[in-house]
Amino acid sequence: MALLEVRDLTVVFQRKGEEPFRAVDGVSFDVEPGQTVGLVGESGCGKSVTSLAIMGLLPKRGAKITGTVSYDGTDLLKLSDKEMRDRRGRDLGMVFQDPLSSLNPVVPIGLQVTEVLERHRGMPRKEAMIEAKNLLDKVGIPDPNRRLKEYPHQLSGGMRQRALIAIALACRPKLLIADEPTTALDVTIQAQILSLMKELVQDLGTALVMITHDLGVVAGLCDEVNVLYGGKVVEKAMRHKLFAEPRHPYTHGLLSSIPRLDAAPGEKLTPIKGSVADNIPWSEGCAFAPRCPNALDICVQVTPAEEDQLGRLLRCHNPVVPGTPAAEEVPV
Amino acid sequence: MSETLVSVQDMKVHFPIKRGVFFDKTVGYVYAVDGVDLEIKRGETYGLVGESGCGKSTLGRAMLRLNEPTAGKMVFDGHDFSTLKGEELRKMRRRIQMVFQDPLSSLDPRQSVESILVEGLRAHDLDEGKESTSKRLRELLSAVGLPTTALRKYPHEFSGGQRQRIGIARALALNPDLIVADEPVSALDVSVQAQVVNLLEELQEQFGLTYLVIAHDLAVVKHISDRVGVMYLGGLVEEATSEDLYAEPLHPYTRALLSAIPVPDPVVEDRRERILLAGDLPSPANPPNGCRFHTRCPWRQQTRCDTERPALRELKPGHKVACHWAEQIQSGEIQPHEVKPILIEEDDGISPDVPLVGPASVTEALNP
Repeated sequence: MALLEVRDLTVVFQRKGEEPFRAVDGVSFDVEPGQTVGLVGESGCGKSVTSLAIMGLLPKRGAKITGTVSYDGTDLLKLSDKEMRDRRGRDLGMVFQDPLSSLNPVVPIGLQVTEVLERHRGMPRKEAMIEAKNLLDKVGIPDPNRRLKEYPHQLSGGMRQRALIAIALACRPKLLIADEPTTALDVTIQAQILSLMKELVQDLGTALVMITHDLGVVAGLCDEVNVLYGGKVVEKAMRHKLFAEPRHPYTHGLLSSIPRLDAAPGEKLTPIKGSVADNIPWSEGCAFAPRCPNALDICVQVTPAEEDQLGRLLRCHNPVVPGTPAAEEVPV
Repeated sequence: MSETLVSVQDMKVHFPIKRGVFFDKTVGYVYAVDGVDLEIKRGETYGLVGESGCGKSTLGRAMLRLNEPTAGKMVFDGHDFSTLKGEELRKMRRRIQMVFQDPLSSLDPRQSVESILVEGLRAHDLDEGKESTSKRLRELLSAVGLPTTALRKYPHEFSGGQRQRIGIARALALNPDLIVADEPVSALDVSVQAQVVNLLEELQEQFGLTYLVIAHDLAVVKHISDRVGVMYLGGLVEEATSEDLYAEPLHPYTRALLSAIPVPDPVVEDRRERILLAGDLPSPANPPNGCRFHTRCPWRQQTRCDTERPALRELKPGHKVACHWAEQIQSGEIQPHEVKPILIEEDDGISPDVPLVGPASVTEALNP
């Protein structure tokens, strides 16, 4: 049994007088200790909502969560608020995208790190301070003793993100969820943070769920990749397999629409037509059909089922034949 | 093709840091752009890359004089743009247009697309009667790939990619020679980015435009540009054609930057070597002496690096670099070594050599 097993996770947002919105629609994945699983997709594909649902951070009212999230055998969705609070920060750590808005601006960094240690590991303040210093040291913050007394605004973006990672790691969680941890950072700082996270997974055997829109980050970091579109996983495979032979037209389209640093000069980009807003609901067919170059009549009539094809899960009626170049650009 | 359209000479933009409540005392400067020379030829795309805070946007804005440069000049098509005033400046600005990063906040939410596009035409007396204007608007929209029904809609009714198209149409409306695009695709989803990049390329072919593209994403810049300038802390450190820059980066910073960009291919990612830079970008209010990069440079030498600021010099035809040791680094004579990150003050930018004078607060001013 895997450390984290997410089965059929569905999140429906309901608002009075509005159609219910299925933000996440039957997502399933497993994470083993020491493994990194990526959730990739564009804005609105449900990747962040998935992570919030796992952590129990969605509001009780208005969001209907179904399915199971079993962590080490217990279903996190069935726990009470109090039980969940005991686990969050201890067993489950989370790193958010924007470190400035997820740190408390009026509390020094040191207190924010020791808070977790005191709450979950029952350390006295003094001991916790020493541990906090070691943690900051471990995530590569220079002069940690001084930094402990400083406030978030006195740190640079990269240092803030490191402090956030230090907080998430304070209790050595078995599972770490990172929601776009490097999106707000510059590339050279991004490289530092990614190599830090890689090291942590290797040294501590933490299971990591990496949520990002950047396929480059995924290619270097994740073992298994889930590509999400409109709240469903459309393709799931190990990273080498996925990048070498993308089968879903969306994955294929994404890969051929990003400029690559090592591309030959003069190579044209092939964008996906339309925008994320052009979805149709999954109940009426394939959500990607209006933008898909491979769309058939069946695509707007029957919802494609998830099929297992030799270690690759695929949800498509008409997958891309391996080796085909990207579809010709269609005028929008 | 080889005619120079824009030439920037020793451009400097320093922002004063003010202190005090009653008395605006200048206690230091942020050296956002500190001596940049560059030339853009007619019909080419010049890409300007660097991390946040390196001054690339400020440079772009200073060229249009949206920020007044502290020193230096810009010559645009033979006219000295930096000394123009009032009406002349306004007229000249027709020929240089800008596309901004965030399409929603750079379009007036209470103006319809038609009114957004017509506003520029009116301001420059290009509105010649209803018929010709409406023909022009239709041309513009079809050039950027929007339906004519868009004219009566408002910015919030469009998706991010379509909004950026409106921003581009607005820039095109005045038939400019140069378009300065500041992070034109970074606010867009990846699948839509390619649409806008391709659109910019098509428009360039169609209308013979010259672009200055400012972006932090080196992969996008490499794709779209003919020549690329890399900025670090207010100065250009390297300039080359985009192929040369990628094939043979000469400046240590460019090398690190290129190696830090993830490539969406696990085979490449597993193989390639990363040059991890230690620490953060130093504050532009208190830049390091000598070479700006020496505090983080893995190839730093004992001499010259911390005392003498390297000038941009041409190492090979068309390939300029600002590094004292570029040749030795390239030949492998100098090997990289470990760098300890130094503490960067997320500071208030007060340089230590300016004495603090005058009251610092109201209480101080009232009870001297």
